Amino acid sequence: MSWVTKTLSSTLGRKLIMGLTGLFLILFLTGHVSGNLLLFKGDDGQAFNIYAKFMTTNPAVKILSYLTYISIIGHVIWSIWLTRQNKAARPVGYAESKASTNSTWSSRNMGILGTIILIFLVVHLQGFWYEMHWGNVPTVTYEGEEYKDLFRIVTFAFQNELLVAGYVIAMGFLGFHLSHGFASAFQTLGLSHKKYSPAIETVGKIYCVVVPAVFASMPLYIYFTS
Amino acid sequence: MKLTLKVWRQKNNADQGKFVSYPVEGISKDMSFLEMMDVLNEQLTEKGEDPVHFDHDCREGICGMCSMYINGKPHGPQQTTTCQLHMRSFNDGETITIEPWRAKAFPVVKDLVVDRSSFDRIIQAGGYVSVNTGGVPDANEIPIPKKIADEAFDAATCIGCGACVAACKNASAMLFTSAKISQLSMLPQGQVERKERAEKMIAQMDAEGFGACTNTGACAAECPKGISLTNIARMNREYFSAVVSSENV
Repeated sequence: MSWVTKTLSSTLGRKLIMGLTGLFLILFLTGHVSGNLLLFKGDDGQAFNIYAKFMTTNPAVKILSYLTYISIIGHVIWSIWLTRQNKAARPVGYAESKASTNSTWSSRNMGILGTIILIFLVVHLQGFWYEMHWGNVPTVTYEGEEYKDLFRIVTFAFQNELLVAGYVIAMGFLGFHLSHGFASAFQTLGLSHKKYSPAIETVGKIYCVVVPAVFASMPLYIYFTS
Repeated sequence: MKLTLKVWRQKNNADQGKFVSYPVEGISKDMSFLEMMDVLNEQLTEKGEDPVHFDHDCREGICGMCSMYINGKPHGPQQTTTCQLHMRSFNDGETITIEPWRAKAFPVVKDLVVDRSSFDRIIQAGGYVSVNTGGVPDANEIPIPKKIADEAFDAATCIGCGACVAACKNASAMLFTSAKISQLSMLPQGQVERKERAEKMIAQMDAEGFGACTNTGACAAECPKGISLTNIARMNREYFSAVVSSENV
């Protein structure tokens, strides 16, 4: 084994992969939530559709989107790998455990939270991402240029109360996942220092509430306004 | 005090093991937990039964030998070693559940005794410094800033009891290993083997079958010596910088 594969298959190397992919996905979420704010513009989706076209055709965005796919797949595979190792490290469990007195619920249930988010992601990608790329999307014309009307698909989808409720609940789980994952990723990378660790923790606490809340407000806004 | 002890009994490593409940009476609130266990064992001996085996040595909270997972927590309800835990932390009539540390790398030897030699092998892999033989060096020959000395000492207070492993949902030994790596990496004497130490100790930690860290912080919360999570971050830095710059290809 070369030193690279040896490092990446060590416990710390596996955690490094989790941390790096996790942080990249946090960056992705930031971009995703910012761009989607165009849904609130009230221009019948023009800005959103132009943005959606840019996001699916711009070469630089393409590279970022491939990195995002790799990060999602990597984060999932490495988490399965680590979870298997972690389960194997304690073949016989305790009859009584008071884990809630020494750690947060989200920190102990990142795998369950992540699995729920993954299920959400499959539904989400199938509904919008797949439709946008390969589905049968109606088109609109702005200033002589033709655009796929993703806004129509989104507003139509969020007429369904069940889907809206599912999205809002999924964002709750995302919030809990981020509440531990954000600061944890920095700790794994070894970035812990009294100068900036308090700032990382504060930003993490704000991020895990604000970003999922803004995401959740989108289906709610569409449901109640259209 | 009158108590019911639900104790894990296991003849040897191959045995399945099971809980056995024992009533004990006449327990003083001022007894340490281990003294209470002594009372139980005297009762068992008088009845001609096999006493409950448990690890203990100094009974002063400094050797790290006592273990026991008491009522769902390593070393019981207080953040201290089992020998320094007193019966006043419990209520009269209470049922106390006592289990051994649970980890693949800490196999049960008998009852509550587990084999923690995996920790020794992690230390043997690199938890040392090489020094020249010869005359005794002068005191304070190597200047070390007070702050650094204190921080290294804080890491060095780890007694290797294994409560971190017992508390961790992944049975991870990262708090222990990071404390041992930290105490030496911060000091000038530890610089010679610094990179090799990080690589070898972590390789050994993995080979022993400990889990990975999820940064839940359970280890630090339960550590009787208050070893902090910053040591784990430091170990990660030590390891990542060692693998990209050491001579081991």
